Amino acid sequence: MSSLISNLNSALSGAAGYWLLTFLKVVLLLFIVLTVNAYLTWFERKVVAFMQTRVGPHRVGPHGLLQPAADGLKFLFKEDAMPAGVDKFVYLLAPFLALTLSLASLAVIPFGPKPLPFAFFGGHQINLWITNPDIGLLILFAVTALGVYGVALAGWASNSKYPLLGGLRSSAQMVSYELALTMSVVGVVLMANTFSLSRIIEAQSGRTLWGILPAWNVWSFHSGFPQIVGFFCFLTAAIAETNRVPFDLPEAESELVAGFHTEYSSFKFAMFFIAEYTSMITVSCLCTILFFGGWTSPFADSWTFTHYLPSAILIPFGLWVIYDGLKYETIFGRVALPGIGTALAAIGALLLAGIWIQPLQEANEFIQAPFWFLAKVFLFLFFYVWTRGTLPRFRYDQLMNIGWKLLLPVSIVNVIVTAAFVLYRSGK
Amino acid sequence: MNAPLIIFFVLAVLAVIGAVSLILQKHPIHSALSLIVVMVALAGLYLLLGAEFVAAVQIIVYGGAIMVLFVFVIMLLNAGEEERTDFSKLAKFGGLPLALALTGLLAATMTKHGASLPNPGTAGTLAPTADLSTALFTTFVYPFELTSFLILVAIMGALVLAQREKS
Repeated sequence: MSSLISNLNSALSGAAGYWLLTFLKVVLLLFIVLTVNAYLTWFERKVVAFMQTRVGPHRVGPHGLLQPAADGLKFLFKEDAMPAGVDKFVYLLAPFLALTLSLASLAVIPFGPKPLPFAFFGGHQINLWITNPDIGLLILFAVTALGVYGVALAGWASNSKYPLLGGLRSSAQMVSYELALTMSVVGVVLMANTFSLSRIIEAQSGRTLWGILPAWNVWSFHSGFPQIVGFFCFLTAAIAETNRVPFDLPEAESELVAGFHTEYSSFKFAMFFIAEYTSMITVSCLCTILFFGGWTSPFADSWTFTHYLPSAILIPFGLWVIYDGLKYETIFGRVALPGIGTALAAIGALLLAGIWIQPLQEANEFIQAPFWFLAKVFLFLFFYVWTRGTLPRFRYDQLMNIGWKLLLPVSIVNVIVTAAFVLYRSGK
Repeated sequence: MNAPLIIFFVLAVLAVIGAVSLILQKHPIHSALSLIVVMVALAGLYLLLGAEFVAAVQIIVYGGAIMVLFVFVIMLLNAGEEERTDFSKLAKFGGLPLALALTGLLAATMTKHGASLPNPGTAGTLAPTADLSTALFTTFVYPFELTSFLILVAIMGALVLAQREKS
């Protein structure tokens, strides 16, 4: 048995093993992201429902937890209608482009600083990213720039007036906001001196304000000027770029039915849907990386007790899920929910046991960085849902005014001020 | 055949097919899409030469911004399929010989002076973006500023033209 493993290890140690490892990582990331996407729709519907004092999905599975699976099945089995007179090639290309590009952008996101602490795959380092190029940020912008085509071509190829108007609106909107989006991150690039996402995070790893706050770009003076203005410009432009409320004019249903994807049904519609939610995740990751220190903890390094925060969240949450599940109305819920709760609480307890057991301690230390990264990403995803539940849609002229007359000038001023501060710092 | 060479041929074939299809397609949108394929394939070739910054900018500016405007205008005008007119006399008779002459000239130059051309970088190594920006802002600062001034003038020109139309 052990000789088999060592043979396997030596077979995987070459370049072929590296490609296989990357392929497996891509498959794993796709699986995780698509699952998160599915549950993001559930989360969004639940949160918006609670904001409007409704219950939200609660029929399929306990608390509606199987609703995403039901939706997915529905998409798969619906009739795949293609309207007459469409440009077939472009009509099929559009959802494919939208989905591929939004998923491709996740390849350059770094989720944690350190490779896995043990090497089992032919001795290759297993890093928490697919690839980490020096121009990660530029690649993301390149993919975003191409992302416009998915929406624009879908609108054009549908051979129908509402999709055409939606597609036109969206290409105008995305081109306008791309400028502000790019300008608003120039400040961060100036301060970090690099386009590499992991090095942008490392540049924010210090402490500021006599060690009280982490040196995150959004408020820290440590390497330039606080990017709070840049952050708001970026967030606004990014919400517009992903076509989400309050900038979802391309699919304003009261005016345009469903905008660019009116004529798409079945799984082709689902592809646009998944693309939109994946873009939300990418934007949340970018906000975290560029302005909120990525995987760095908000607490000082000396506060080691904060390393047990994941347990402190998981154990009570798991216990609550068990308690809630035991009095759930359906039998399936009374079995499934306590099961999930037990699993969560057990993971939390194992991490907490790291106080006494050395390997668990190492595991707990390892998950700190991904934990903070994902926690911040989750907050931004919640912000997305929150704005959807709160803000009404802008009018089209308001949208253009905000993009060109507010965000663009403000982000240019932000670049000039930041450049002056960086120059002053480097001169000292 | 090593990996960079295979990637080069794939990208080169993609670029040529895109360019040919750009001319042969009847519908403006299909032509625009072919041009995007050419742009992206060129970006891949730049990346193969180690010019990562140029590759990214190629996609952002040409593949993204400029081609989106093309597509946008085609959609806005709702341009239909073009009618194929007869090729011009020059293209009909001079086209093939001229193309062959150009290819021959390029090939001859390559074979004669190819060895003495500056090496753009061995495959697999990347030119850091920082080096590029240092060169742009020190050695080539005057051409750089002049170019940006030229672009500024073009933007002003566009504004003036748009304003005149309004009044």
